[in-house]
Amino acid sequence: MRGETERERSLLMRWSAHQLFWPAVTLAALLAISALVNPSFLRLAWVDGHLQGSLIDVVNRAAPLMLVSMGMTLVIAVRGLDISVGAVLAISAAVAAVLIGGSLDAGTAVQTSRFPMSVAIVGALGVAMLCGLWNGLLVVKTGMQPIVATLILMVAGRGIAQLITDGRIITLYYSPYFYIGNGFLLGLPFAFCCAALVALAVHFALTRTALGLFIRSIGINPVAARVAGVRAPLITVALYVFCAFTAGVAGLIVSSNVKSADGNNAGLFMELDAILAVALGGTPLTGGRFSLAGTLIGALILQTLTSMIYASGVPPEVNMVVKAALVFAVMLLQSPEFRALLRRVAFRREAENA
Amino acid sequence: MAAEAECVLSARGIRRTFPGVRALDNVELQLRAGEIHALMGQNGAGKSTLIKVLTGVHAPDSGSIELEGRPIRPASPLHAQQLGISTVYQEVNLCPNLTVAENIFAGRYPRRPWWRGGGIDWQAVEREARRLLTALQIDIEVTRLLSSYPVAIQQMIAIARATSVAARVLILDEPTSSLDADEVRQLFAVLDRLRRQGMAILFVTHFLEQVYAISDRITVLRNGSFVGEYRTSELSREALIAAMIGGAIAPATSASDTRDASDEVRSAPVLQAQGIARKGQLQATDFAVEAGEVVGIAGLLGSGRTELARLLFGLDAADSGAIVIAGQRAALHSPADAIACGLALCPEERKTEGLIADLSVRENIVLALQARAGLVPYLSREKQEAIAERFVAALGIKSASLETPVGQLSGGNQQKVLLARWLATEPRVLILDEPTRGIDIAAKQEIMNEIVALARAGMALVFISAEIEEVVRLADRIVVMRDRRKVGELPGGCGEHAVYEMIARH
Repeated sequence: MRGETERERSLLMRWSAHQLFWPAVTLAALLAISALVNPSFLRLAWVDGHLQGSLIDVVNRAAPLMLVSMGMTLVIAVRGLDISVGAVLAISAAVAAVLIGGSLDAGTAVQTSRFPMSVAIVGALGVAMLCGLWNGLLVVKTGMQPIVATLILMVAGRGIAQLITDGRIITLYYSPYFYIGNGFLLGLPFAFCCAALVALAVHFALTRTALGLFIRSIGINPVAARVAGVRAPLITVALYVFCAFTAGVAGLIVSSNVKSADGNNAGLFMELDAILAVALGGTPLTGGRFSLAGTLIGALILQTLTSMIYASGVPPEVNMVVKAALVFAVMLLQSPEFRALLRRVAFRREAENA
Repeated sequence: MAAEAECVLSARGIRRTFPGVRALDNVELQLRAGEIHALMGQNGAGKSTLIKVLTGVHAPDSGSIELEGRPIRPASPLHAQQLGISTVYQEVNLCPNLTVAENIFAGRYPRRPWWRGGGIDWQAVEREARRLLTALQIDIEVTRLLSSYPVAIQQMIAIARATSVAARVLILDEPTSSLDADEVRQLFAVLDRLRRQGMAILFVTHFLEQVYAISDRITVLRNGSFVGEYRTSELSREALIAAMIGGAIAPATSASDTRDASDEVRSAPVLQAQGIARKGQLQATDFAVEAGEVVGIAGLLGSGRTELARLLFGLDAADSGAIVIAGQRAALHSPADAIACGLALCPEERKTEGLIADLSVRENIVLALQARAGLVPYLSREKQEAIAERFVAALGIKSASLETPVGQLSGGNQQKVLLARWLATEPRVLILDEPTRGIDIAAKQEIMNEIVALARAGMALVFISAEIEEVVRLADRIVVMRDRRKVGELPGGCGEHAVYEMIARH
């Protein structure tokens, strides 16, 4: 009997030592709370050839953050940081909107696009990747600290987005474009499929090529990685470009979802949410060890939190405060030091009682 | 020595197990007041673990520690320090961006009384720092940044910091590994003063000469077990080595002995440098190494040995001069370029420039090979394991498994992992910068034998060491450096004196 509980305990300890254990527990707990508050939360229905339900809403809305956080994870893994992702998202949305064109003929939404949609998409992503190249070169070539280097584009980026749209909020009417943010593929939201596809591609690159090994080497010891012949500058720049690419895709999704491009508000605070998702997923901001799956869970945690707050009817003025408080609680639970403290307090109680 | 000195720190029956390894088994250690006690043993003998137990980093599984007769159980380095056990580690862990005085008192600054406005009493900080350093007869300016002083002085500042907290026991973990002969003398003068003040000092080193120069007693550990405690004056060098390795040590093979007469035909150099220079680091220097040859670079600390190696490997860019590899001019902008040309470098700073501590032994070994191949093709897990296993067996790397993070290995085994990383790339030229520093005698011998074997197999080797005796023993040809330039060349086996003479004469 005793041996059995001990075995159970050691199994639990092995599980809890896993990097993904606490993020996964957190997400499960949030989902459980949501389901308790709102019993229909976990219900899925098949409507008009696709899945429908609160869970589907969560993954759909989480898609842009999932994408951006993946880019952020890899940049942070090589001791970098990209706080310009929100601005890059806005730039990508602006470029796409301008290339599609928001024309309204005789009061009815006419299905025309200034350029073919493929050109708009490639153009938007291309501009986003140029932004990433700028960030990467600043960090690698000038040795600027990543937070400062990307701060430049964070500040300038929203201005650039406004220049592209001529200072207006462009409203889109071309309905094929709406598919990106509102459509369904194989019964799942297309935006979520995009995020999943990128996640698969990154996972493939990390496990089937030496990229994962190189990223960890650079993150743990950049000097030693260079001596061993790892082309650290090239890889670092490429990761900044990839990070901006994910922001670009997120820009397409966001602008398609709200059918407009707003240089000032698209992707506002996205960089902070992305960093938070990385941290919630168990990746240390100091680089080296990283977990892509953890980041995806982190992004889902944030979106679930947001949905919970909206659904619970908290007044909009205070919902940031509530979100911050919840994030604080989640981060505390995930902190090994805090858990050790709890354990010590609990043991002391036990000892006193005995 | 008249009466037995008072025993300050006494550890008995210390046991400590790590998963899969018994690091310490029934180890004892007695430190006496006014004595310097050397702790000796090969890498992996348990020296570091014992120090970590004494300083509260690890708790012992069993055994007792008594300080001045009272049992203690240090729970953390801070706790150990409060009890009176201070430690100075191998790598100076002070803050280079603070002043000397700030470093000495960091974390426990004297405060001004509240009626004088509270806050830190900077005058007292400087006054006390000056007093402490003067007591150790170290004459430096306490308001200057720590980084403006050489490592040797930083080490003494670390000692001053350690002794400023009413310490009874001072533990020095390989304090001399990065010091030159003169600095070692300075350090020993400081230790001698502390000894006369009645401090009990534990001194860990790999240099036999230093043990005999300064210590009163020696405790020897082997494979985590206690071998014995000896008076230094009663233990011969041979007996000490025998105690450490558990048998007699074979004399070193010398490259010049085994060199075949048929090798004497001069071939074209594999790697040749023509007047390479870099401002502030190296004056114009010629250098060449042939296949099958061991070229030693000898010189004192700061002579430009390491700088030359860095230029040859593309780690730093040369301002002028040319590098020719196998008859072709090579433009080396980065180590990656040098590796593509068949060069390899084991850097001097193993921890900061060599190993990726959190990566496994396997990943560290395949890293350079994979980096040369690029992202694809990615060596399969099976291939990586096969390569790693081959070198672990060939070089006798002791590690719990291939997946053990390399940072957990002992110094000698870490050095072997680095060597394995480069051997896996099958380089034409292998540059070894201080490959034997901070590792034990047996591992040193193994690495030196490996170097000779590699040269005999046709590799070109460049061997850099601060220990001139090692260079003389190993090299076919010796390049002598001083003041950031080459001052001459000597044939192998010329004797240490010839090298010293050449350094002194120029």
